[in-house]
Amino acid sequence: MTQERTQVSQDEDQHESRIVNIPERRDEIPPAPAEAVFRLDDVHVYYGKFLALRGVNLEIGRNEITAFIGPSGCGKSTLIRCLNRMNDLIPGARVEGKIDYHGQDLYGAGVDPVEVRRRIGMVFQKPNPFPKSIYDNIAFGPKVIGMQPQSMDELVERSLRSAALWDEVKDKLKQNALSLSGGQQQRLCIARAIAVSPDVILMDEPCSALDPVSTGRIEDLMEELKRDYTIVIVTHNMQQAARISDRTAFFTAEAAEGSGDRTGLLVEYDRTDSIFTSPADKRTEDYVTGRFG
Amino acid sequence: MTVSASAATAELAPSRLRRGATRTGAKIFIDAAFSVLLFVGTIVGVVALATLIWTIVDDGWPRLAADPAAFLTNYVSRLPARAGIKAALVGSAYLMLLTTLFCFPVGVGAAIYLEEFAPRNRVTNFVETNISNLAGVPSVVYGLLGLGVFARFLRLGPSLLAGALTLAVMSLPVIIVAAREAIRAVPESIRLGAYALGATKWQTVRRQVLPAALPGTLTGTILALSRAIGETAPLLVIGLPIVIFSLPNDVRDPVSALPLLIFDWTSRPQPAFAEAAAAASIVLLALLLAMNAVAIYLRNRYTIRW
Amino acid sequence: MSIATRRSRAGERVVIGALFACAVLSIAVTVGIIAVLVVDAVEFFRESSLFEFLTGTVWAPGQGSGEGGQYGVLPLLNGTLMIGVGAIVVGLPLGLLTAIYLSEYASPRVRGMLKPTLEILAGIPTVIVGYFALQFVTPTLLRPIFGEDRVFIFNAAAGSIAVGLMILPIIASISEDAMRSVPASLREAAFGLGSTKRQVSLRVVVPAALSGIAASVILAFSRAVGETMAVTIAAGNSPKITFDYFTSIQTLTAAIAQTVSGEASAGTVRYNALFALGLALFAITLVMNLISARIVRRFRQVYS
Repeated sequence: MTQERTQVSQDEDQHESRIVNIPERRDEIPPAPAEAVFRLDDVHVYYGKFLALRGVNLEIGRNEITAFIGPSGCGKSTLIRCLNRMNDLIPGARVEGKIDYHGQDLYGAGVDPVEVRRRIGMVFQKPNPFPKSIYDNIAFGPKVIGMQPQSMDELVERSLRSAALWDEVKDKLKQNALSLSGGQQQRLCIARAIAVSPDVILMDEPCSALDPVSTGRIEDLMEELKRDYTIVIVTHNMQQAARISDRTAFFTAEAAEGSGDRTGLLVEYDRTDSIFTSPADKRTEDYVTGRFG
Repeated sequence: MTVSASAATAELAPSRLRRGATRTGAKIFIDAAFSVLLFVGTIVGVVALATLIWTIVDDGWPRLAADPAAFLTNYVSRLPARAGIKAALVGSAYLMLLTTLFCFPVGVGAAIYLEEFAPRNRVTNFVETNISNLAGVPSVVYGLLGLGVFARFLRLGPSLLAGALTLAVMSLPVIIVAAREAIRAVPESIRLGAYALGATKWQTVRRQVLPAALPGTLTGTILALSRAIGETAPLLVIGLPIVIFSLPNDVRDPVSALPLLIFDWTSRPQPAFAEAAAAASIVLLALLLAMNAVAIYLRNRYTIRW
Repeated sequence: MSIATRRSRAGERVVIGALFACAVLSIAVTVGIIAVLVVDAVEFFRESSLFEFLTGTVWAPGQGSGEGGQYGVLPLLNGTLMIGVGAIVVGLPLGLLTAIYLSEYASPRVRGMLKPTLEILAGIPTVIVGYFALQFVTPTLLRPIFGEDRVFIFNAAAGSIAVGLMILPIIASISEDAMRSVPASLREAAFGLGSTKRQVSLRVVVPAALSGIAASVILAFSRAVGETMAVTIAAGNSPKITFDYFTSIQTLTAAIAQTVSGEASAGTVRYNALFALGLALFAITLVMNLISARIVRRFRQVYS
């Protein structure tokens, strides 16, 4: 489907080939998202007095895969957790600036974080299935949010199919989810998130605890999922970001003058092709060519 | 190099690695003696326990085995040969059931609140300190509480209800501690997974945390209750009878209890009553053994290994 | 910031309220205990003098309503102290040796067998331990060794041994926890210098775990002070001021048990005396438990 080609540096002096292979895309991605699901306007995130992330401006496009990349500690996970208000659970966490979700202020008065999380799902770094049967794992979400599907069995099957897990577990739905392999557990968590029909799926390094084969399967899965959902993914794996994402945001961390604490900031946000082949900022270029980070 | 230094180096020469190179004979002996002392000290406890059980069984088994049915179904009597534990055994059983009914929901409820919902503030700290202090109050003081509040003030008298309430209040701190530990053992990632799906805190607690914490909570509860069933002092202070010839029909009826009976028979001078006391102790120990076995079975079979 | 408060689910608020009530019930219990003890104890001190209570050397409630009896608490305190100290003399060495053995010397297999044994010992009901003390310890141990004329049938030594056996698991298990919490790096440093196991145990581990051990001892002493049945059965009901462990004595707790068995009717001096004793007992054990908790908190801070 996608042809891999290696971009050679335009820099005559150095003739170095880039580390990252960028697949050729079939669909053209517009320079800016046609429809913005999230609009972040000068967002700062504090933990108590500590400024973890500053001045983030970006738009997440509908039905696109947006990747957050960057070295450790630059606020990628912090930011993604703001998008579904999971950061609320950390005492002292505070968001300044505006995060709009479909035009609505996500942190506005009267907004219920529980409702937010029903629309914006999350898959975590380490698979965390409930210690229940596979069936009950999927059925839990719909039950607690009050979905009353025509047939729960059908909903479970649909979710598992969407997560490319149905064939492997269809005969053992009553088995304990903890008996599945790591990769299967993560796909189960994806199915669980899909079951509540979210609008957005956030993924915080979903493959970092998995082996390469499982990782590949989940990456294929994400390509299919983006047809129906908007996906934001935090990843340390540049290859992964280059392979699957449509847009990439590169973050780094810099210490404020005088203090030792490093604050995260958004360096560059563009279509993935641009980020990896012709980044505008030198810091981005250093990172994606592997010179640091 | 000075002379003394070279002498020191000669002492620690690499080739002298065998025992005794620097450790003198006396020191080696002390080390070995210490190990023996430790072992003996540990064994004394084990031997004491074994002797205790042996004494009970040796004294009580003949009495029990002579006519177990009679022993279990007779009421008490002035004649030790005819005395039985029926009222006491049934009383203990009823007490245990009623006690569980009172303290399990309240204890688990308090544990859930403190672990999942309570904000970190001074009120919560005060409640927690209070609970740990209550765990250390002697059982006889709980008896006084039962006497003053349940038996007298609430006019329940020396009844099944008063006894159960007293034992429940006494077991409460222990159950709270056990339930809290079981709840704490549930990994945070499970809660996060549920929140991320849009579940409320109570939904998460009720449907994910509690079921996962249930085996540990049950185990702790059974252990707490097995301690309560062996308690005499509170029941003695409330005034539960030892001599009683009927079984309770209603919670306000008086009941006896097995440890009370053991206490009474032990305190009598006739050797035959001592045997009866030992026989009753065997029954009590068997009950405790059964309860603990259930608790351990629950723990091993149903605890989730994360 | 909490999720639940934002929702307008009345049902959930009710549930959380009920849970809160459960937690707060514990405060009601404490209030109940203090109220019951104080109210009736005050009643007692109104009829019988507080001064005599605290300084009197005779405890003789007398018959019937107890009017005209003597209510000096000192013999009972004496008895309680004797049992407490005696129990520690029995339980501390054995418990500590067991703890060192379990923590530093025993193989996992042996630990796996010993720890349940300790738990079983801790779970034996006190009346049964009392029976053991009366029917075995006194006739088969104490009297043959020290002579039948010297050792009474009811004596403080048997009571101390009984209570000592009951507090042994407390000292052993808390001290063992404290020792195991000592970081391995400390032991490794000592071993690396060529120390023997004995030296590491006694000079490194025990001193490092000292606050935990101390806390366990105070807790055990508090438990010994509050112990009722084993002491009543084995040590007797003769309140006196003495240091002789082979004679019978009476503890605070045994006095409560005895007064109750005499069927005191409410409102009498005898009845109210119960609560005065209870108040004294509660105060003593509360203070010791608070001290022990304070020490445990401090020792946890050091190593967490």
